[in-house]
Amino acid sequence: MSTSVGLVFFIGAIGLCVIGIAGIVLSRHLFRMVLALAIAEAGANLLLILAGYRWDAVAPIFTGTAGGQAMVDPVPQAMVLTAIVIGVGVQALALSLVIRIKERYGTLDMQEARQCMQDDLDDAGGVTPSRSRERPAGERPIPAPTVLNSTGGQHD
Amino acid sequence: MRNLATLLFLGGLVFLLAAITGTLPFGHPPMLVGQAIQQAAKPEVGAANVVTAVVLGYRGLDTLGELAILFAAATAGGLVLGGVQAKGRNNALPAAGFVQRAGTDVLFPLLLIAGLYVVIHGHLTPGGGFQGGVILAAAFFLPLLARPSESLSHIWLSVIEGLAGTAFIALGLGALYNGDAFLTPLFDKGMFGELVSSGSLPLLYLAVGLKVGAELSSLLMRLAHDDGAAS
Repeated sequence: MSTSVGLVFFIGAIGLCVIGIAGIVLSRHLFRMVLALAIAEAGANLLLILAGYRWDAVAPIFTGTAGGQAMVDPVPQAMVLTAIVIGVGVQALALSLVIRIKERYGTLDMQEARQCMQDDLDDAGGVTPSRSRERPAGERPIPAPTVLNSTGGQHD
Repeated sequence: MRNLATLLFLGGLVFLLAAITGTLPFGHPPMLVGQAIQQAAKPEVGAANVVTAVVLGYRGLDTLGELAILFAAATAGGLVLGGVQAKGRNNALPAAGFVQRAGTDVLFPLLLIAGLYVVIHGHLTPGGGFQGGVILAAAFFLPLLARPSESLSHIWLSVIEGLAGTAFIALGLGALYNGDAFLTPLFDKGMFGELVSSGSLPLLYLAVGLKVGAELSSLLMRLAHDDGAAS
């Protein structure tokens, strides 16, 4: 019984990690990426806590009554304690960056925002569509020069 | 193509984590360090909460590093969002409704007491500077939601934060002056389980709590004010 319960816990923790990382990589919405980061963090914290879990053990605090009872491992708990607060700080920083991107470019879609940033960079560097072969008229995948091969430019 | 690569990567990650956790005996961790700490913490540090003994007694330097990370995140957030006074937007939002204002007035002192309790009893009960600091930040965030036009002074928050950080480092340097390692708990250990016990650990946790509370509330305040300006 104990192994099957442990299996459920571990699957849950690993699943949270994987869902979070998949969300970070696959999603294009910036706010969802921040949420996915929070989910992945929760999974990692849960995994650490599970690594120190012990059956029939109490929290690692000496109380007056329970004298010699076994305690769970205090070291992972101490790590997770600080990791949670730091996670909050990192999420706040990420959200402030997202707010700035939304104010500057008016979009939360990552690809649109990246295109806008690229345009800004090109403008700052003085790269205009007429002067650069890399950037014909703002189209990022270079369109095929002739009409014969119009399916090019799908790869990104 | 990108999705396929992502799926492959995630499959590899699942395999790796499952292989690592598969070797762990669930419910019976080896606890090589944990066992030794549990036996040594009571006579050496004198804190009833072993997690606190680990966080402040045995790896206080790591805690200082984590405070530095939090400080860097808060500073960078402030840098990205800019100063509140710079945009002159303090009357952008009207005050909230009666229920929220009255609820804030009732909850603010209670949250303050709960946060300080959690901070000060960090070496005896579950809790400590980090958790209590977050409760304090929540207490100071509530008036911001109810009355957006009145805000706390950023300067005072910075002063509290700086003093708390200085106190943490000063307590660590005091141990150096005594000839011990950096951040070794100072003072007498006192009665085990009493409020005033385990040397300088409550003072260190008080500094951590004030620092975390001030940092998070100034970060929340910047986010809230910036939101009011953008809408």
